[in-house]
Amino acid sequence: MKFRTFAMFVGPSVVMMLMFIAFPLVTVLLNSFQVTQPVFQVVETETCTPGFITQTCTTEIKTIPVLDGDGKTVTTTRWVGFSSYANVLGGERLTRALSDFDLGAVLQIDFWKALRFTLTFTLVTLPLVLGLGLAIAVVVNNAATAVKGPVIFVSLLPFIITPVIGALSIRWLFYGDGIVTVWLEALFDTNLSVAANGWAIEFLMMFYRVWHVAPFAFVIFYAGLQTVNQDTLESAIIDGASRWERLRYVVIPHLMPLIVFITLIHLMDAYRAFEEVIGFSSESYRITLQYLTYDYLTPDDAGNRQISSASASAMLTMIGVVVLLAAPLRRTWRDHRGA
Amino acid sequence: MSDASVPRALRQPLSLKLASNLFLLAWLSLAAFPLFWIVAMSFKSPVDAFSSSAINVLVGPRTLADGKGLSIVDILLGLTVAWLSIRAATKWLMPMAAGEGTVQRIFSWAVIALGFAVLFIIGFFFIVPWISGPLNALLGPLGRPVLGLTAEHYRAVWVENAFYENFRNSMIVTFGVVTVSLTVGTLAGYGLARSGSTFAFWILIIALIFRALPHSVLVAGYLPVFINSAEILRPVLGENAPTLYGQPLAVIAVLVSINQPFTIWMLRSFFQNIPVDLDESARVDGCTHFQAFRWVIMPVMWPGVITTGLFSFLLAYNDFLVTSLLLDASNQTMVPAIAGYFNRETTTTDQVEAVAAAVSITAPLFLLVMIFQRQIVSGLTAGAVKG
Repeated sequence: MKFRTFAMFVGPSVVMMLMFIAFPLVTVLLNSFQVTQPVFQVVETETCTPGFITQTCTTEIKTIPVLDGDGKTVTTTRWVGFSSYANVLGGERLTRALSDFDLGAVLQIDFWKALRFTLTFTLVTLPLVLGLGLAIAVVVNNAATAVKGPVIFVSLLPFIITPVIGALSIRWLFYGDGIVTVWLEALFDTNLSVAANGWAIEFLMMFYRVWHVAPFAFVIFYAGLQTVNQDTLESAIIDGASRWERLRYVVIPHLMPLIVFITLIHLMDAYRAFEEVIGFSSESYRITLQYLTYDYLTPDDAGNRQISSASASAMLTMIGVVVLLAAPLRRTWRDHRGA
Repeated sequence: MSDASVPRALRQPLSLKLASNLFLLAWLSLAAFPLFWIVAMSFKSPVDAFSSSAINVLVGPRTLADGKGLSIVDILLGLTVAWLSIRAATKWLMPMAAGEGTVQRIFSWAVIALGFAVLFIIGFFFIVPWISGPLNALLGPLGRPVLGLTAEHYRAVWVENAFYENFRNSMIVTFGVVTVSLTVGTLAGYGLARSGSTFAFWILIIALIFRALPHSVLVAGYLPVFINSAEILRPVLGENAPTLYGQPLAVIAVLVSINQPFTIWMLRSFFQNIPVDLDESARVDGCTHFQAFRWVIMPVMWPGVITTGLFSFLLAYNDFLVTSLLLDASNQTMVPAIAGYFNRETTTTDQVEAVAAAVSITAPLFLLVMIFQRQIVSGLTAGAVKG
């Protein structure tokens, strides 16, 4: 294919990606070093009230925003270097906590709190998703042909459902006097209040994620199981391998590329976890990195959005993505050059 | 599978079979239970819906006491109508929908499905109540309500709270995203599949990196630009420069771009499965690349395009982050709108309405999986098998 034709085919897509992905990245980078604020002016006003003999006069010094001709506040944008980053990372609180070697205090700061949770979340759910997905795939592969269709249908539901609503449907089972909480209370004879316990919420968020992603792993593993070489399996049987050994030494090595694929996708998706925070309303207990940026972007009570802090936290989140993808990308590049 | 056809060493002991089936059952109930439960909750009055007793949520004594319930006759009638309509759909409609050409078939499917839905709604919600009223009075004990069930929350959500406006916005955004992203993505996917150049490789790698980006990073880039777009664009467009913030069209553009990396990867893998010989023979016959694409590739590409379209649909339909930040309250889509219900935390009625809204959002997805299960599975595996 000539380059001109290729460019005509790919052009629209590349232009859109440049305009709406690459260009915003540049804006984010610039914004993270700038702060836009309204301009304030100091005005000295004298107010006098009539009084006996003389007037009582008071002078006040007021700070009011400068308005332009249309009555809008005038804003200035100035370069602040890394101060937004320092702000997001915790600034003075961080240095104080570090000099005291106080890890607890570090984790009180929003960014570190979010980082801690996001990483735990990603790393804990990964093996669970792989394990559960593989288990379901093996069991379904084993089941009667007639039930396979309906089983796949039901299994796809948690995966296909809107994430916020999936999280909500689990929240309603647990929060308050949720039905499962009542069962657990009866079972262990205790009093649980899930909605006020950070660790319980953290557990629920992970539970939701595994519930949501395991079907994806299942479908892929299930497809992989159909292509296992039967001859190898048979020779393993002749060699006297037990069921478990066949799974461990024949099936799992065959599925290895798929395991790598699911791991990669899961790392990317769990790292940008967000909907869980909304669905479980966990913002006062557990937040994720993506939620941190979202929170800076939502207008506060005065209607201001902290664009600069949002950009800084977005850039910090990006660093994680780069670290995450460095290894697989290097491998792909080597493969491409080799091929 | 009968035991005789399986080699002895592969035959499973009973205990293993039992354990495996039990595990399957456990997974299925785990997968379906939360969804089943919100459906059950959405039809009950608040006291029942948030009752701590599971039986109460299912049977709904309070809902029944309020005079909203179904008798055995109602239930039987409802089941009959549902069964009849399923029969009708499979017996008459399926053959009717068969036609020439994929686009035509999709169109006739859509028309028939819509007509059928209208008939079903008339039958289920108007004719059945009309028949069951006198029947209940006639049959005495059999006609007494036994199961508490009320659709009032759905009415509150859809009619009083004007959820149809959110639904319309969702449809606009979703439809826009699917059509634009497929048009743009199909061209790019084809180009990338047929070009082995390093440039194509780099586009794919960069797309992979873009796919990993958290969406909030990108929205942080749009938001200041979109809010001030009227001033930024004024030198170019004059006084008509639009404020992009709050515009569904702007959200469509954003979602299409966010979705583009995934779309081109997926379509590329589908196009790679179409033999190159096909377009090469067309080229030999004197077609240009575009003509070959139009007349040779387009007729055979639909399975891949439909599958990719499904995933684009899901992305646009399920999105919370982008739509909640870039649209204002007046033209909100369904998923962010639901956050308004459960954040209010005022009364339990609000909470049950949130449940009803959640079920309303989920219902189309349920239908989607039912109709397109095979395409979804093939789409999930297409990316994985290629690596």
